[in-house]
Amino acid sequence: MQKRFGSSILDTAIRLLVPFYLLYAVYVLVHGHYSPGGGFQAGVVLAASIILVNMVQGEEITWGIKKQTAVILASLGTFIYAGIGFIALFFGGDFLNYGVLPLGDIEPEVRALGTLGIETGVTLGVMGTFIVIFNLLTGREE
Amino acid sequence: MKKVTFFFLMLMAVLFIFVSLDLAPTDDVNSPAATHVSPRYIEEAHEETGAANMVTAVLADYRGYDTLGETTVIFTAGIACLLILDVRQKQKW
Repeated sequence: MQKRFGSSILDTAIRLLVPFYLLYAVYVLVHGHYSPGGGFQAGVVLAASIILVNMVQGEEITWGIKKQTAVILASLGTFIYAGIGFIALFFGGDFLNYGVLPLGDIEPEVRALGTLGIETGVTLGVMGTFIVIFNLLTGREE
Repeated sequence: MKKVTFFFLMLMAVLFIFVSLDLAPTDDVNSPAATHVSPRYIEEAHEETGAANMVTAVLADYRGYDTLGETTVIFTAGIACLLILDVRQKQKW
């Protein structure tokens, strides 16, 4: 980000708001089993809060995720998703059949945990991708 | 070349329209989707997957392979942006 977009008022405001955005994103992720939400939405909210800080603080940014880290996070998220599918393969189930994961005895609960795992992967992947695209479009030559 | 492309596009359009006439109408209660797939999801989703939200059950469990594809598409979009837009910065990845 080349130029700082905000004033000190905006800076103070986002310092108050961003923690709640992050908390809300985690809520959307882990509550996806019971209410509308899930990995994609949580990832977008996480990326939006980080992009907001990036826009307001510009080059004097004090908190955020760098482009390199974001690429790693995006890869890691996709890897977690596919990895859980392959782990299920190793425990004798089909690809992405979470019921066979060794996490407990009651199958629906194991499936719910597996779903949470892949949703976490989706969250990381979406968040990393969005931050990468934003940084690419607004960054300047080093 | 343009005319050939146009011809094949028109051919594809005619084919797609022709095939789409065979699809079951969305309000048909006797279509396979309405008699077999939907009731199964509505009745069994919570017991089978442990997710109270039916959308999550279908998205992440029954159709997990599809969602893996979606995630890969988003990831690929990010990597494509990186490869196209990041050329001027001579960084080593």
